[in-house]
Order: sequence, then C-alpha cells, then structure tokens
Amino acid sequence: MIPSAVPPKFKVEIDREKCMLCGRCVEECSWGVYRKERDRIVIYSNRCGACQRCVVMCPRDAITVIENTTCWRSHPLWTIEVREDIINQSKTGRVLLSATGNAKEYPIYFDHIVLDACQVTNPPIDPLREPMELRTYIGKKPKKLEFEFVEEEVEGKKIKRAKLKTKIAPNLKLETPIMIAHMSYGALSLNAHLAMAKAVKECGTYMGSGEGGLHRALYPYADHIITQVASGRFGVDVDYLNIGAAIEIKIGQGAKPGIGGHLPGEKVTAEVSMTRMIPEGTDAISPAPHHDIYSIEDLAQLVRSLKEATRWKKPVFVKIAAVHNVAAIANGIATSDADAVVIDGFRGGTGAAPKVFRDHVGIPIEIAIAAVDERLREEGVRNEISIIASGGIRSSADVFKAIALGADAVYIGTAVLIALGCRVCGRCYTGQCAWGIATQKPELVNRLDVEEGARRVANLIKAWTLELKELLGAAGINAIESLRGNRDRLRGVGLNEVELKALGIKHAGF
Amino acid sequence: MCGIIGFISRKKRMIKGDKIAIALDSLKERGNGQGSGYVGYGIYPDYADCYALHVFLRNTPTYHKIIDRVKSILGLYGVVVKDEEIPVKEGVLKKEFIPWRFFYRFHDSYRDMENDLMVNIVMEINDKVDGAFVFSSGKNLGVFKATGWPMEVAEFYRLEEYEGYMWLGHARYPTNTRGWWGGAHPFNILNWSVVHNGEITSYGTNKRYVESFGYKCRMYTDTEVVAYIFDLLIRKHRLPVEYALSAMAPKFWDEIDRMEEEERRIHEAIRITYGPAALNGPFAIIVGTHEGMVFMNGEIEENNTLIGLTDRVKLRPLVAAEKDDLVFVSSEEAAIRRICPDLDKVEMPDAGTPIIVRLE
Repeated sequence: MIPSAVPPKFKVEIDREKCMLCGRCVEECSWGVYRKERDRIVIYSNRCGACQRCVVMCPRDAITVIENTTCWRSHPLWTIEVREDIINQSKTGRVLLSATGNAKEYPIYFDHIVLDACQVTNPPIDPLREPMELRTYIGKKPKKLEFEFVEEEVEGKKIKRAKLKTKIAPNLKLETPIMIAHMSYGALSLNAHLAMAKAVKECGTYMGSGEGGLHRALYPYADHIITQVASGRFGVDVDYLNIGAAIEIKIGQGAKPGIGGHLPGEKVTAEVSMTRMIPEGTDAISPAPHHDIYSIEDLAQLVRSLKEATRWKKPVFVKIAAVHNVAAIANGIATSDADAVVIDGFRGGTGAAPKVFRDHVGIPIEIAIAAVDERLREEGVRNEISIIASGGIRSSADVFKAIALGADAVYIGTAVLIALGCRVCGRCYTGQCAWGIATQKPELVNRLDVEEGARRVANLIKAWTLELKELLGAAGINAIESLRGNRDRLRGVGLNEVELKALGIKHAGF
Repeated sequence: MCGIIGFISRKKRMIKGDKIAIALDSLKERGNGQGSGYVGYGIYPDYADCYALHVFLRNTPTYHKIIDRVKSILGLYGVVVKDEEIPVKEGVLKKEFIPWRFFYRFHDSYRDMENDLMVNIVMEINDKVDGAFVFSSGKNLGVFKATGWPMEVAEFYRLEEYEGYMWLGHARYPTNTRGWWGGAHPFNILNWSVVHNGEITSYGTNKRYVESFGYKCRMYTDTEVVAYIFDLLIRKHRLPVEYALSAMAPKFWDEIDRMEEEERRIHEAIRITYGPAALNGPFAIIVGTHEGMVFMNGEIEENNTLIGLTDRVKLRPLVAAEKDDLVFVSSEEAAIRRICPDLDKVEMPDAGTPIIVRLE
C-alpha cells in the first residue's frame, strides 16, 4: 500500500480551559470534524474546510482554526497545491472538483485601477443634499427617437404637438445597477433563494433564478426574477418563461467555460425534482452545448422563439463566459433580437467545477468588459443593447469600475452568499454546507433564517448603492448613465502598455 | 471658470464685432488670458451661400503645403471660391498659427448631402492633415479665436471690421487641457457654435457616443463634444429642440415619474435612448444654432437662433436680459450692462431650463 493521505489543510484547536463540553460544535459541524467521547471532544482536523461555523457558534469562543503548518519541502515549481492534486488524482483517477471562482494568482485588474474625483475646477456633488440617480434600464434601446406631429384641438384652437413615434422595447428598470447572479435552486437551498428574492424586491432590483427552474415559493417574487434557460432546460415550461421579469439564455459560465453542469443525485430531493421537472435522486446534467444551438444563427432563433413564447413582452438576455473571442461573440448576440449580453469573467463563482477549468479557462472580466464595449461601439450598436458584467465583483468600487469600463449593470453572486453567512470554504458541491446555503438537507437549510438573510442581502446592496452615490458625487456626476463607458475617469496604476490598451484607460499621470 | 456672453438681434440688425469684445473684456476675471474667442453670424454676406472654413495652419515656412493638402480634400467635392489669410493686426499676439479662410461651394451633385459631407471633411482634415485645424465651418459666419486676452484677440482679428446679427464670446480659464489656439472657444461645426463655462464630467461617455456616429474629437477639450451632440440630436436625428435640450440636461427621474403619462413616456424614452448624450457636471453654455431646428409644436426654424442652457442643478451661472430687439445671455449681468446699461428685463433661468431666442 502506498499511503496517500495529504496533511490536513487546517488544524482545529479547542481551548480545553474554556470548553464546557456543551457539544455545540458536534451539532453544528456538518462535516464531522467533532465527536464527543465521554468528557472530551475529539477533533478530526482532516475534515475541516475552515467554514468557521463552529468557531462562530461556540458559546465560549474556545475554538480556533489555523492553517496547518506541516511542512512540505518548498519548491517554486512543485508547489504544495500541485503535489496534493497529483496525490489525490493518482488515488482516484478522476477530475478534481472545486468550487468558488478562479483561485490562481492572476492579476486582479480592478485593484490596479483608481478613480477620479473633482478638485477646484468643478464641484463634487454631495449625494446627501443633491439628487443622485442610479436608475438603470436593461434592454434594447432604439438608435434614435422619432417624433410625429399631430394636430390637436385644445380649447377651440388647433395646435400641433410632437408625439413619440418610436416604440421602446420592454426594459427592466433597476433602481441600482447591482443584480444578483443566477445561482440555481438545487445548488442553493430554498431559504437562500427566498432571502435573495425578498432582498431584490426591497431594493428595486432583480435576481437570477439559475438554471434549476423556479420553486413555487418564489412565484410571489417572480416580477423581480430573471428566469434562466440553460442547456439542461430544467424547469422550463411556458409558465416559467412568462412569470419572470426577463429570460436569460445561459450559454456558458465564467467558472467553467465550454462545459455544462452536474448536480449530483443526492441533491435532487423531492422539491428539487418537482422544480427541475426531473426524477427524484437522478443526476441533473446540463450538456456542454445547447443541443439546439450549434452556431450563432441557432442562438438568434432561440432568442426569437423565447420572445414569441412570451409575446415579445420579456427582455431576453444571453449569458456567455468571457473567453478570448468574447467581443466578436457579443457582437453576434447584439445583432440578434437579444436585449442584453451577460459576460461572466473567469473569476465567476460556481458550486462545482472541475478545478482545471476553474483555474485555467477564460479571461478576466475587466478586460472582457472593455473589449466587448469597444467592439460594440465600433459596430455602432453599443447603445442598443445592455452589457451586464459578472464574475468576481467584490465591492462598490468594483461595480463603479465595471460600469466606467463599459457595463450597464453587474451581477453579484459570491458576495451575496457571504452576506448570507458563507465563508467561502469552497465545498458547495458536497451538499454539506453548514450555513444552510449550498445544501438541501432540511436540518441544515433550517439554519438559514430567511428574514434575517433577506435583511443582510438588502443591507449589502444598499450599502454598495450608497457608496456608488458617494463615488459618483465625488466624480461630479449625478446620473449613472454619465459614468457608463466613461473610461476617462479611470487610471491604471502599475499596468503595462498592453494591459492599458486592452482596458482602454490611461496610466496615472496622464 | 470661464466668462461667456452672447447676444442676438431679433430683427437681424447688424452689430459690429467690437461690441462683444467690450462686453467680454469685463469678464476678464473669469479668464486667465490663455484663450479668448468670438463667433459672428451674418458676417460674410458676399459669400452667404458658401461654407466659410476657418483653418489654423501651423506657422512654418512651408505652410502653403498644408493649404495645398486642405485644398486637395476640398477639391474632391466642390470648388474653393476664394481663399486668403484672415486679416489680422500683426504684432498683437504671438502667431502660433496662421488663420486662413476658404470660401467653399459643393458641386451640384453633392448639394443634398452637403452638411453631412462638410462634417466628414472637417473630421478628415482635423484627423489627417498634419498642421491644419478647421475651427469654423458654417455659412455666413466665422469663429475668431486664439490664445490671449479678450481685447488682444479682438484687436488681432480686427473684429470691428465685421458686422453680424448674433455674436458669442468666451474668455477662457483652461482647466482640463493646456491653453492653445484650437482649445479656445467658440467650438463650431456647420452653423453650430458653442461657448461653454464649466467642465463636462461625462466627457468620456459623450465622446465615445458621438464617435460611434462618426464624429472625431480632436481638439482635446470637452466643449467640442457639445457641438457634435447638438449636431447629432437636432440636425441628424431631428429631435424637437426642446426634447434634444432635455436629453442634454435631463429631467430628474423624480420629476419624470410625476409627469402625466404621455409626457412621462417621452422623457423616459429620451433618457433611455440618449443617456450617453446627457451632459453631466457643471456647465452653462450659449449656442448659436444651425438652421432647420424642429420645435415641439412642429414649427421649423429657418434661421439661426441663440440658445442658453445650464446643467440640471445649475452649478454655473447664466443670466438673460432684453432690450428692444436685443436679447443677451451671459455668465454675468455686468458684462451685459457694459454694452447695454439700460435693460428692459433681466432674468435668471432655472436649472436645466433653456432660453431659446428666435429671429422675428
């Protein structure tokens, strides 16, 4: 036998002085790290993923989780991660699974972009005193407005009046340019979905249903939900298409461009089975391509079919992963009947993705936004379609930068989960989430209080919205449309010429 | 900070150019001598049907080569009826550029599209001809501008020798690009001329928007884009002028939400469609317009008009005044009273509410 265990990543310690043997940790840890043995808590550190549930719940603050310090001989090429992966794969012969976004140390361009503020020559605007408008419309826009002049009789006099001739296609009205990304029911718990739905309704924005259909309990919030149609077509019927505020076709996902999805049968409970319209306990597999889309014209047809099915009343978005050719693909989407293109960068989160995809496929969202926005302008169609950016947006500053680079609005996912309690332990695919977020186990799901969760998610969106207003005011701008694509208000710091060119921004000092 | 003033005679009385210079001189405090300029409408009656192109030529011994290149572009679509150096008084300013003018007429076959072609020609010369900048391209009007104080520039261009029924003037205090001749105001394209006090914080958005319609911003300053937005919205898209101005200084959503349904729909559509044309940041502008503007009531204005507009929270001053057939708009009442002490009426327009003055 070749011993193949790798040292545990984390080391769990209990301060025995403080511990009162209440057994709370045993109860709370869904991973089986703790076991009570007579007057002692036994610890299995190798099962710990540092989700901190026990740390937070311990009434005596007796638990500490630290990185395991077991030493590996250091080597610049054969990193610990590489060696661990090889050991694990040689044991199982399988693809390595992972969750959350890209975990490699690629440059985070958001952190190399700084913002502008007014000094002297024009006054900053104080959002507490002056109006500050973040309202954003997502959907198709006409290239120009046409008016006709109609003669009317008013009080005996004939007067002509300009009437709007142009019909505006249905748009989503957002009170803040922050939406919640598509994370499916099945991957997430019903309580997580409910909390998000309540929050978006309160904030005047929208959430994505994800590709797992829409649970009946979410129907009251459907006018704030964008229903997703992915390659598995889970839960899709004409009611599903018509009940939401908009429809999104998912072609790809930033965390795993080029492949489909897989929800293990263990997570397909009775409720999930009904919502997804698949048998209970079976694996829910989304194929890599849509089997009715093998080229761009097929996509255009699907967009039209969905529009027909909803009598042209619902905007239809198309989501693609940010890949090398993202600008050309987005242009193809822009010239179909689609109302918005969603670009998901390579830091986009996931509940389950092969590690090799998560860490190596796709391009950064910052560069993808810049490329798509620029290309659509060259083609003269930028203003007619909305761009929604997602994948690794962590703060209001990231939102601001994404919009200045060219996005209309953003989707946030992981940040919302963190608001709900997630500590980014990265094991969503196991279904054991101790926080009740990425699990279907009733005893775990019940841990997530819907009302409190909704409040926290709404707080997060409101806090970022407030910060956006402050940043806009400092930049002397009082309406978000004047920030969109306004790369003049960005500067790069520590970026080389090629990077600056790709982002379409100047370096600080110029 | 910049000083702006404009006036128009509604009866189309001709007024000498030194008047506007005297008024502008009293706004010196708002400038720093790094740029002053004027535009007069109706100053070229003998060439009224020709485009009068005013072009800065880099002052080098071989400047005639630049003229040849400009002429070769113009020659493709029409004839240069006359060209000459704009008469100047030597010794007043350091002559960074030689101001040249071309009176130009399109061939008959291009008459239907001559305005669009002229925009393209201006863009092409400014983009491709090294050492040439077209800074005035309208009919029967001319821009005169340079680096210097208001009186110096007026003296340099011998402004007292021109007569016009509408004049705009601008004293510059440069805040975002260095003071150079091309950066002085007014900015002009066709018969649109803009003088501007303020800083357009949405410049990046506006610039990229007009560029996707073929305009090229080459003067390195934010006011240029305002002229192109006027041309795009009012001449090309033929928006009723009141709505076009509302696109530039948009109504607040709070206000729009309270409008009656039809009006609400229109203003919502304007903001949705023309969001990238909205001018943000502090500004007060005075605009001499192109002919053919459509009004909300369907009327079409055959003449040039004068428009005054501020940003929607009025972070820059603008005052309007009347005396008989004369209407004045300026950043300061003092400048108006300098040339017309006895006024019939003085008013301060509300934020974002335009003043539009038409000929009788």
